[in-house]
Amino acid sequence: MAELTTTLSGYGAAAAKKEQEKTAVREHDIAKADPVEYTFDVNGLDLYYDQTQALKDISMKIQKNQITALIGPSGCGKSTFIKTLNRMNDWIEGCHVTGQILFEGKDIFKEVDSLALRYRVGMVFQQPTPFPKSVFENVAYGPRIQGISNKKELEEIVEQSLRQAACWDEMKDRLHQSALGLSGGQQQRLCIARTLAARPSVILMDEPTSALDPISTQKIEDLALELKEKYTIVIVTHSMQQARRISDKTAFFLLGELLEFNDTIEMFTNPSNPKTEEYITGRFG
Amino acid sequence: MNSVQQKKRADNIMTGLFCAGAAFAVVLLIGFVGFVIIQGFGHMTMSMLSFSPTGLGNMFFNTLYLVLLALIASTITGVPAGIFLAEYAKQGRVTKWVRMAVETLASLPSIVVGLFGYLAFIVMTGSQWNLFAGSLAVSILTLPLVTSVTEDALRNLPDSYRQGSLGLGASHWQTIWRVLLPACFPRIMTGLIMAAGRGFGEAAALMFTAGMSTDIDWNNWDITSSSCPLNPFRPGETLALHIWALRTEALQPDAFQAAGASSAILMVLVVSFSLAARYLSWRIDKKMGGNR
Amino acid sequence: MNAIETAVLKAHRNEKAARFFITVCGIGMALVPFLIGGFLLIKGIDTFTLFGHSLGEFLFSGQWDPSDTAEGGGSVGAGIYISGSLVTCALALLITLPLSIATAIFMTEIAKPRTRRLIQPAIELFTGIPSVVYGWIGMTVLIPFLRLFFPMPFGFSVLAAGIVLAVMIFPTITTMAADAMNAVPKQWREASYGLGATRWETIAHVVLPAAKGGIFTGIILGLARALGEALAVAMVIGQMKEFPTSLFLPASTLTTAISADMGGAMEGGEYSAALWTMALLLFVLSFLFIFLIHQLNSATNLKGKA
Repeated sequence: MAELTTTLSGYGAAAAKKEQEKTAVREHDIAKADPVEYTFDVNGLDLYYDQTQALKDISMKIQKNQITALIGPSGCGKSTFIKTLNRMNDWIEGCHVTGQILFEGKDIFKEVDSLALRYRVGMVFQQPTPFPKSVFENVAYGPRIQGISNKKELEEIVEQSLRQAACWDEMKDRLHQSALGLSGGQQQRLCIARTLAARPSVILMDEPTSALDPISTQKIEDLALELKEKYTIVIVTHSMQQARRISDKTAFFLLGELLEFNDTIEMFTNPSNPKTEEYITGRFG
Repeated sequence: MNSVQQKKRADNIMTGLFCAGAAFAVVLLIGFVGFVIIQGFGHMTMSMLSFSPTGLGNMFFNTLYLVLLALIASTITGVPAGIFLAEYAKQGRVTKWVRMAVETLASLPSIVVGLFGYLAFIVMTGSQWNLFAGSLAVSILTLPLVTSVTEDALRNLPDSYRQGSLGLGASHWQTIWRVLLPACFPRIMTGLIMAAGRGFGEAAALMFTAGMSTDIDWNNWDITSSSCPLNPFRPGETLALHIWALRTEALQPDAFQAAGASSAILMVLVVSFSLAARYLSWRIDKKMGGNR
Repeated sequence: MNAIETAVLKAHRNEKAARFFITVCGIGMALVPFLIGGFLLIKGIDTFTLFGHSLGEFLFSGQWDPSDTAEGGGSVGAGIYISGSLVTCALALLITLPLSIATAIFMTEIAKPRTRRLIQPAIELFTGIPSVVYGWIGMTVLIPFLRLFFPMPFGFSVLAAGIVLAVMIFPTITTMAADAMNAVPKQWREASYGLGATRWETIAHVVLPAAKGGIFTGIILGLARALGEALAVAMVIGQMKEFPTSLFLPASTLTTAISADMGGAMEGGEYSAALWTMALLLFVLSFLFIFLIHQLNSATNLKGKA
C-alpha cells in the first residue's frame, strides 16, 4: 500500500498530502475486500466500432507487479483491449464502450480523468514513437505536460528514467541530439524511458518488439523483467515464445472474446481450451 | 510493314514536336527572366537606389513592410485555420465546405479583393489610403496558401507523433502545440516564403487600398506621425504598383528606366524567395526521407 | 488539489480555449469569400435595383454610358467588356494550350528524370512572377515587336493581351497537366508498349485520356487566372471601349475597365455601381470555376491541387 501512495502522490506537493491520505484510505478499503492487489479489474467489457463489436464481454483481473501477456491471432481484439486500458480508444471516432474497468479501484470511464489516467498508465507502441526533438526533450515531455518546468528537477527525472530504461550510458553523451538519429532498438528504449518519466504505475506495451531485431528484442525483454519489480506491465505480443519467456499470466483472445486467462506456465503446458492449444502449438494464427 | 514504318514516322514527328514545344517554352521563359534582370540593372543609376522621393528605396521599403504586415495577418488567421481543417474539424461536410471556401478565395481575382479591401478597410473605416489596409488586402490573397500549407504539413506528419504524445496524457492541444507544430514549422515557413513571393508582386489589390504615393521622412521616428516610415497608417506605394503608375504617368523623365529597374528588383526578390522556399522544402524532404 | 490535478485542469481549460479559437479562425476564414461576395452583391445590386437596369442589358448590350451621378439615367451595357474578357481568355488558351500540353508530355514522358527535375521548378517559378512585370515587358518589348510584323495602328491590341495572358497561364496549365500525367499508373504505359504501341500511340490513347481530368482542372485554373488578371492586360490592350472586332485593334476587359475607372467614379453614382456589378460578375465566375473543378474531380476522381 505504501508503494501505491507514493506513486499516487506523484510529484508530492506537500499541500496535497491530506487529499492523498483520504484517497489512500479508500484504496485501502478496496484492497481489504480483495486480498490480492489488482491494478485493473475489468468487468463485462463490450466495445463497438460503430456497429461492429470488437470486444465481447471481457472480464479479467490484472495483478499488480506482474507481467500479463495478451496473445491471439491478428484482429482478435488484443490491441483494442490494451488501448482501452488507458482510453486511447477515445480518439477513434465511432468507438464506444460498455461495461466497467476499475483502475486501482476507480472506474476509468466515470471516476478518473482521461488525461490523469494516461499519466498513470503509460503506453509503448509497436513502432517507436520518438518526437522530432532531442533525447532530453523527449524524455522530459511527460513531466512537462504534467506541469514541471524546473530545469533541475527535469534533469533528475530524465537521468533517472534513462537509467531505469537501461540506456543512460548510451545516451548520456547525446542528450541534446535529435532522437530521430537513434537506431530502432534505442528509439524503443527511449520511448520506454519517456513513459517512465511520466511516473506511471502501469506500462502497456503494444507489440513493442515486433519492429526490432533479436538483440534489441532481448534487451527490451530483460528490461520488462526488471521493471515489473516496480510496475505492472501488460504486453501484447505476437510471439508465443516471448509470452512464455517473460509473462506471469497470459490471456488468449480470439474474435473479440477472452477464451482463456491463466498462469503462463499452466496455459502453455496444459491449456484448458482446445482453441488455445491449437493456437499455441502453431496450428493457426 | 508499311504501316509499321508509318507508325514509327508519326512517333518520331510527334516526339520532335513535343521536344520543340518544350524547348521553345523553356527558352522563352528563361530569356524572359534574364532580359528583365539584365536590362533593369543595365539602366539602374545610383539615384534610383536612393531612399529619396525620386528613388526606388522608399518603395522597396514599403514593399517589404507591407508584405511583412500581410504575412503576420495571414499567419495568425491562416495557421489556425489550417489546424482547424487538419485536426479539429469533423471530416465531412464542414471540411468540404471550408475547403471549397479556401479554393474560391485562392482563385479570386486580386482586383476583386482590392475592391473589397477598399470598401471594407477604407470606405467603411473612413480613412485615407494606407499600408495597413493594403496589407490586409494582400493577406486575404495569401491566406488560402498559408491555410492549405499548414493543413498539408500537419496531415503529412507521421501518426506516431500524435500517438506518442496522447499516450503520455497530453491533451489534443498540448500535442498540437508542443509536438506537431514544431515538427511542421519548416514546412509552414516554406509556405510563408512562397506567400511572400506572391505578396511582393501584388499590385491590383493595392491600387485602391495602399495608395500610390509615398511621403516619408527617414529622420522622423514618431510612429504616430504620417511621415514616419514605420507608421502603417500612412499611404505607401509598393514597387509593383510603381511600375503600374509609371506606365502612363510620366512623372519623371527617367520613367522608362525606373520601371525597368523596379521590374528587375521585383524579379530578383521574387525569384530569390521562390528559390529559398524550394531549397527549404528540398532539405526537409531529404531529412524526412533519411529518417524513414 | 495536488500538482497532477492542477495540470489536468489546466490542460482541459487550455484545450477548450484553443479549440474555441481555432474553430473561430477556421469558420471565420471560410466566411471570408461569403463576406466578399456579400459586399459585392450589396454594391453591385444597385445597378438593377436603384438604377433600374435589367440583367439582360448589363450582360448583352454594348451601350456603355453610365452617368457619373447618383441620379443615374445612363446605360450600363457591359457587353463590350464581357466579350473583351472572353476573347482575350480564349485567345490566351488557344496559344498556350498546345505549348503547355507539349511541355507537360515532354516532362513526364520523354525527358529523363534529371532534366525533369530541372525544368519543373523553372516552370513553377514563373507562377510567381508579378503580373505588372509581364505587363511591363509586354508594353516595352512585345508591342513594338508586334507592330513590326503585323498591320496594326497602335500595337496595343487584343493579340498583345492574348499573348501576355498566354505566358502568364502557361505555368499553371503545364504543372497541373504534368502532375496529372505523372499520376497515370506506370503499368498502363507498360501494358500499352507491351502490345506494340509506339510512344506517341501510348500517349494519345492511354496517357492523355487518363489524365484528362487533371488537364481540364489546369485549364480551368488557367482561365480563372486569365479572367481575373487586371494590370498586365490593362498595360497592353489599349483600353478602347469597343467590341473586340479585330485581333489587331485595342479593346477592353472587365478587369481593365474596373482598374481604369473605379478610382475616378463617384461613390454611390451609377457609374461606380455598374463597375461594382462587373466585380460581382468576376466573383461569380471564379466561384463557378471552382464549382466546375469540384464537379469534374468527383466525376473523374482524379484529384488535382488547386
